[in-house]
Amino acid sequence: MSHSEHHTERNSLAYSIEKNVEVYTQKCYQCGKCSAGCPVAEEMDFPPSMVMRLLQTEDPANDDKILRSHSIWLCVTCEMCLSRCPMEIDIPSMMDYLRQRSRSEKKVNKKAKNIIAFHKAFLNSIKYTGRLFELGLILDYKRQSLNLMQDVALAPKMISRGKLHLFPFMIKGRDQMTRIFKNTSK
Amino acid sequence: MKTGIYPGCSLTGSARDYNESVFAIAEAFGLEFTQIPDWNCCGATAAHNLNKDLSLALPARILALAEKNGLDEIIVPCAACYSRLVVTQHELKKDPELKNRICEVIEMDYRGTSVILNVIEWIDKYIVPKLEEKIVKPFNYKVACYYGCLLVRPNKILNYDRVEDPQTLDVVMSKLGATPIDYPYKTECCGAGLSISRTDIVSKLSGKIIEDAEHRGADAIVVACPMCHSNLDMRRPDINKYWDTEFKIPVIFVTQAIGLAVGLSPQKVGLKRHFVEVKIS
Amino acid sequence: MARIGVFICHCGENISATVDCGKVAETIGKLKHVAYSTEYKYMCSDPGQTLIKDAIKEHKLTGVVVSACSPRMHEPTFRKACAEGGLNPFLCEMANLREHCSWVHEKNELTTEKAIDIVRTQVEKVKLNSALQPIKVPVTKTAMVIGGGIAGIQAALDIANTGHKVVMIERSPSIGGHMSQLSETFPTLDCSQCILTPRMVEVAQHPNITLYTYAEVESVEGFIGNFKVKVRKKAKSLDEKICTGCGLCTTKCPQKKIPNEFEQGMGMRPAIYVPFPQAVPNRPVIDKEHCTYYIKGKCKICEVVCPTKAIRFDQPDEILDLEIGAIVVATGFDIKHADFFPEYGYGKYKDIIDGLQFERLASASGPTAGEIRRPSDGQVPKNIVFIACAGSRDPAKGIAYCSKICCMYTAKHAMLYKHKVHEGRAHVFYMDIRSGGKNYDEFVRRAIEEDHVNYIRGRVSTVFERDGKLIVKGVDTLLGAQPVEIVADMVVLATAGVANAGAEDLAQKLHVSYDQHKFFAEAHPKLKPVETNTAGIFLAGACQNPKDIPDAVSQASGSAVKVAALFSQDMLTREPLVAVVNRYAPPMYSTCVGCFLCQSVCPYQAIEREEFKNRDGKVVKTVAKINEGLCQGCGTCVALCRSKSIDLLGYSNNQVHAEVMALLNEY
Repeated sequence: MSHSEHHTERNSLAYSIEKNVEVYTQKCYQCGKCSAGCPVAEEMDFPPSMVMRLLQTEDPANDDKILRSHSIWLCVTCEMCLSRCPMEIDIPSMMDYLRQRSRSEKKVNKKAKNIIAFHKAFLNSIKYTGRLFELGLILDYKRQSLNLMQDVALAPKMISRGKLHLFPFMIKGRDQMTRIFKNTSK
Repeated sequence: MKTGIYPGCSLTGSARDYNESVFAIAEAFGLEFTQIPDWNCCGATAAHNLNKDLSLALPARILALAEKNGLDEIIVPCAACYSRLVVTQHELKKDPELKNRICEVIEMDYRGTSVILNVIEWIDKYIVPKLEEKIVKPFNYKVACYYGCLLVRPNKILNYDRVEDPQTLDVVMSKLGATPIDYPYKTECCGAGLSISRTDIVSKLSGKIIEDAEHRGADAIVVACPMCHSNLDMRRPDINKYWDTEFKIPVIFVTQAIGLAVGLSPQKVGLKRHFVEVKIS
Repeated sequence: MARIGVFICHCGENISATVDCGKVAETIGKLKHVAYSTEYKYMCSDPGQTLIKDAIKEHKLTGVVVSACSPRMHEPTFRKACAEGGLNPFLCEMANLREHCSWVHEKNELTTEKAIDIVRTQVEKVKLNSALQPIKVPVTKTAMVIGGGIAGIQAALDIANTGHKVVMIERSPSIGGHMSQLSETFPTLDCSQCILTPRMVEVAQHPNITLYTYAEVESVEGFIGNFKVKVRKKAKSLDEKICTGCGLCTTKCPQKKIPNEFEQGMGMRPAIYVPFPQAVPNRPVIDKEHCTYYIKGKCKICEVVCPTKAIRFDQPDEILDLEIGAIVVATGFDIKHADFFPEYGYGKYKDIIDGLQFERLASASGPTAGEIRRPSDGQVPKNIVFIACAGSRDPAKGIAYCSKICCMYTAKHAMLYKHKVHEGRAHVFYMDIRSGGKNYDEFVRRAIEEDHVNYIRGRVSTVFERDGKLIVKGVDTLLGAQPVEIVADMVVLATAGVANAGAEDLAQKLHVSYDQHKFFAEAHPKLKPVETNTAGIFLAGACQNPKDIPDAVSQASGSAVKVAALFSQDMLTREPLVAVVNRYAPPMYSTCVGCFLCQSVCPYQAIEREEFKNRDGKVVKTVAKINEGLCQGCGTCVALCRSKSIDLLGYSNNQVHAEVMALLNEY
């Protein structure tokens, strides 16, 4: 049982979080205030305080659960948890890290597919132009999510209100943008 | 003191009404600012969700451009962009090694000297001093001031207003003649970036915000963030469907309220572009 | 001719496992002036001590060095042994071979050499020791108890019952403290005032106790057994000797809407008021900040209606100068109020109250005559939420500690509510249940099992008001952090216990240490819980840290016995290891130039000024004088004195010099 192996060698997710994000999971005493104030807690498979508890066990099976969870993708980084946490644990930064780990270890929860599709579409849009091209974002999202009917009724209303450009804006430094993307990709 | 402005992708895209109102009231108050030349997207939530270095590099380029063009202070009307810029400035200041690495990535020099102002700070600094003499149509309505998440959190980094029951926007609205109500949903999340991928969650959360404001008898919800506006306004049909109710309360930007109060037309401040009809003006 | 005896202790194996004691004894034995050098397994034992006594007689020793543990362990033991052996106890020194040597090094030659060095320094020092005599200081056998809550009352009664005089100072108009505000106490559900008021009356009537209420300590000077305390008796604006306590004035006062401190703001009081019906002394005071006469110069209705003409407007404060031998600080604590919590509305919502406010609602003598009612509309709440750990165990709010009593009083509040409102629902949001006292856990179980209080493990993120109700957003961590929302009629916060207002000021006046939370510091957390580091000043009750009534009473009795022990002697004995400013014959008097820098740095206020006058009575020189009653021998003045006029007995400049030279092998 991993609880007993707790203190010998630490190669857990909690340890990586300590090293990379400077968040110390031992500080959490499971008061639950974060979960109580989290706007999407009801949708999550593991509300934030449960994610903390799973991390605290430093059990590889639990670490796996976290990386495969829907919770980490539902988190909208509203920062409410951090603002109420009595131990001032930076849960949002920890969530960012968990998301990146989840992707790099290819453990992304299937239910979060669309959420990630959106983020990827967003970044794809700015990679080559430098600024968000909303129409491009929507089309790329639909391609990835296969959610072809998403907001179809909305598009004409957006166009009539002048809120949707039909062509992207290309910044002059777009080569620099592409290089920035390249230099930060892993 | 040279002032710059970072509109961000929302203002030049779907939050065109916000952009118009910002420039309209700047003109009305004789204020000048320079758009940061060749600015790029700050990365918003997508970058920090997927790639930490990218999420720091994109805002760093913006700040570096501002410095390069001699802009001492930057106005950032979008709360999300504001949050990314301030957080990036903070992270790079805290960790010089990280700063050097990011400078290499963006291929630019960066010192972190710019002062970053959110829209309310800009209003407090440049507009409020001249406000009283310019008001011709006091904004005599009951308003629910909705701050959203990123103007006040994370408090330790942004150092702006107070996290619970903030007051800066309420004060600005009072100065316009409005009556801000005691509103518990001031900083409750609207659902943010899940607008497209999980419209149901946005409908639920934004719905709560709207329902409470209407229940307390507010005539309008005042916002200072284009994402919040989009979720509360553009998503209204989805919200109404989810809640099986017809919510009618309009959502206006603080800059639009100021514009109306100093006599600008609803057209000029972009009110006609809203999804929810703004009957007040 | 110096004849030094050296005793190397093995301390079982503590020293001998790392230090070659035999070699140390042998090497030291060869030194000049060492008449006897030996080793032994347990010097502190009876045979060990006998070894010293016999050696003193046999070898006619003029000084003793016991090389063993730290002097903080056994210096008194060995000094006593020497005294019994006929040698002045201050001619005995200890060389620390344990904490300073064997416990911090590995076993090797260097360690033994270090041990030899240490012993040698003490040998060189003790040769210069003087046969000092203990200092005797007279004791004033009157105690002062600051604070009239249950702890202060207990301490005062205990001291008074030993036959000594007690002066009690209480800053509010009546004694009783927070205990008088409670409705019932855990775990017995005794009526608080019923058990307290007999004690209050006893204090008032005790022949040995002088009670000053509406009074505060102004300044404290002096030292143990000899304090000089100035007390400010704030003007009550009446002649207490004539006032009969009939209370007519309080009914006629036109200023009726002043928030009542005793009711924690839940009720009102007039400007001339008695805090509560059972107040001791039962005399009103005029609140100058709200009285029409004091603000505008008009009214004076109370003066007109008073049957005995006892009102005295413009009565000045009175300053008393008291001679006190020992002080017990029992100033109690306070709690945070609802306005401390941003996430619970910053105090905006009337129906979110704190624990003491709930006590007043539940109290038969309270603003609602014991009925639990919502402050906003007076309705009886049908659904109450109690939030435990509100502010405590919360480093983000600056209060990392546990306030100890809240788990118990929250259970009590929930039970009282259920007893009064049978069909009501009570919910408690908790993190842990801390009920470690006698019959405490059974009490909490009673709340859960018999009174059906709903305990939910989790903290509450936020509370806000909607349509006159309070929306409580919490979580149930035992259900996997499932969010829980309760629509409550009233929310009671079990807020953090904090130091009382003015605690820091008082601590500064008394020169007593306090921590970052302004709680007074005990001398040792385990073994000296009722003493402070300031001799003669003791602690009782919650001024040290939040605690319940049994603990406060125990501690008060403990401090009382310390006071009684102090007063059991006519003279106090102090160690003579104090600083001394030199004195010479006139016209020099002293090499001290009178700069008094020493006086400003002395942490114990032990330095005085002595004037030397010539035959005409004119002051010719003012020099520093160390008060040997207060001096703790820290040596700060010795180090600072630029004319080198001060020396430390027992650690004189010469002695320290000798030690250093011994280390440098120049002896």
